[in-house]
Amino acid sequence: MADHTSQPAQAGQKSDAGYWSANVRIILVSLVIWAICSFGFGILLRPMLAGIEIGGTDLGFWFAQQGSILVFLALIFFYAWRMNKLDKEYGVEEE
Amino acid sequence: MDQFTINLLFVGASFALYIGIAIWARAGSTSEFYAAGRGIHPVTNGMATAADWMSAASFISMAGLIAFTGYDNSTYLMGWTGGYVLLALLLAPYLRKFGKYTVSEFIGDRFYSPTARLVAVISLLVASLTYVIGQMTGVGVAFGRFLEVSNTAGLLIGACVVFAYAVFGGMKGVTYTQVAQYVVLIMAYTIPAVFISLQLTGNPIPGLGLFGEHQASGEPLLAKLDQIVAELGFNEYTAHHGDTFNMVLFTLSLMIGTAGLPHVIMRFFTVPKVADARWSAGWALVFIALLYLTAPAVGAMARLNITEQFWPNGTSGEAVSVEQIETDPAYDWMATWQQTGLLGWEDKNGDGRIQYYNDASPAMQERAAANGWQGNELTNFNRDILVLANPEIANLPGWVIGLVAAGGLAAALSTAAGLLLAISSAVSHDLIKGQLNPSISEKGELLSARIAMAVAIAVATYLGLNPPGFAAQTVALAFGLAAASIFPALMMGIFTKVNNKGAVAGMLTGLIVTVIYIFLHKGWFFIPDTNSFTDADPLLGTIKSTSFGAVGAVINFAVAFTVSKMTGPIPKEIEELVESVRVPRGAGAAQDH
Repeated sequence: MADHTSQPAQAGQKSDAGYWSANVRIILVSLVIWAICSFGFGILLRPMLAGIEIGGTDLGFWFAQQGSILVFLALIFFYAWRMNKLDKEYGVEEE
Repeated sequence: MDQFTINLLFVGASFALYIGIAIWARAGSTSEFYAAGRGIHPVTNGMATAADWMSAASFISMAGLIAFTGYDNSTYLMGWTGGYVLLALLLAPYLRKFGKYTVSEFIGDRFYSPTARLVAVISLLVASLTYVIGQMTGVGVAFGRFLEVSNTAGLLIGACVVFAYAVFGGMKGVTYTQVAQYVVLIMAYTIPAVFISLQLTGNPIPGLGLFGEHQASGEPLLAKLDQIVAELGFNEYTAHHGDTFNMVLFTLSLMIGTAGLPHVIMRFFTVPKVADARWSAGWALVFIALLYLTAPAVGAMARLNITEQFWPNGTSGEAVSVEQIETDPAYDWMATWQQTGLLGWEDKNGDGRIQYYNDASPAMQERAAANGWQGNELTNFNRDILVLANPEIANLPGWVIGLVAAGGLAAALSTAAGLLLAISSAVSHDLIKGQLNPSISEKGELLSARIAMAVAIAVATYLGLNPPGFAAQTVALAFGLAAASIFPALMMGIFTKVNNKGAVAGMLTGLIVTVIYIFLHKGWFFIPDTNSFTDADPLLGTIKSTSFGAVGAVINFAVAFTVSKMTGPIPKEIEELVESVRVPRGAGAAQDH
């Protein structure tokens, strides 16, 4: 198993907590975008977007069948990039 | 060369390719499955994950469900891709840091409880077995068509091939075989879609063609489709008809189910670093999105082509004649698919024409009465045949049809075999060796793995003959089960300090409530006619059995938090484990136990 305790846990405690809350914040923002683009624009808010026409239908239909997937892709790559940066900021990256 | 020979050639060549790569890769030293993820680039790993993940449900079944329902079935598109966001943000990096190989091991260690591990194994078995039933449905359709036999015969032959393929086993483990399967699968899916998109809209990218112009009429493609299906009394394609609440729950079930399925999560345990686990989920979704962005175009364009084939003189003109169906080569696909028993038509009023319309629509009933029609004469069009029949319907060249047959089989076989391997190792390794008989010999373990596999495939084949739904619907049930049991436990294991009793109680309630809800609607153990409710009129409000996974997950979370609050905190060393999993630093290589 990976070593869970061998790192100097005491010294790293404070920055680890900061790292974790920064991570949770990034996750929350990403998940809000995730939900707005799929459940929001794709389903619940579709009536509100009905006026915006695209290719014979409305923007909500486009989000449900194309847009949400593209947003998901962007989110995952954004998160990977942002977290790898955060790892370095807090000095918790892997060797 | 006739179509049967071409199909045989393509299927044979693709199988020779997979076996060839398996043998070639085996000669090297990295053939062992768990080691295979090490040193493999995240892009390659993403392709292999995509092949593992996209099954008969994605390839054979999904576009057909979208084609005949329209917008409402966008749920499959959002649900089966959105789950990767949850996986990448909430699970993959932490499970990689934890550093073991299986989901049940994580749950067992984090909740310091063999019972938790046992419940996790049972949940995985229930979800995986349901998943295999859906795959067998797809296998039956693909083999039935490709060997030109009935669906039942196709299913039985397919079951034997899947069993042999899974027992051959090692093949599955080689990442490069999966990369080859991905390449065959994605070419088989996109090439016909590009052809059809060019034919209809002049745009070579199907996802753009879907929102482009229908060249024959000069109108937007989707507006044209809305118009002609409405003229036949069907629901407008792009409009929302079903219940919104159920649609949200269904999408959510598919998403969290994706993030709770063991064979996908496992791929992230074995990447070299925590950072790679984050990228790998992204690359997997890139390769999955190639199919998922194409699927809605395949569905809409196929629906348009089919409707126009049945109404060659326009929807207000004369329907296609029986004579034309029997003699015109453009309609040859109908005779071929009739053999499988999955397509049927009947000239009910004896006017020598086949009228395809919605006979439940009042407006169409008036028109039918005026014209002497006696009901819809396209009596059976199984949704699962649409993708495989699509290139024939669009009159594409023979090699494209052969390629699609090979792609459909690659999708169904790779996932079915992978799931059977997961089931057999869960039974022999986690259940028998881990719980019932720790002193079992290696030979005994192997034998029990084989027996588990044979039993699983026999059950799946039997239930596949009378499946609880089309392939993608059955697979959706499997996702609901994973959503209600595994995902909440994993997430609470990382993000909260819920204790062992809470986790066990949560998983058990989530799983049991969801299983019962599904059985009440789909029949006990999926045996037909033992159900008390139907999805048309479900037990709770508008919540269909396919959407219940999200409810099960909420129940799981609620029970776990309540029980955990009442039974005290977790031990110090588990608290340290949770803290350590949250930080990438110090992630060693993944280890067996």
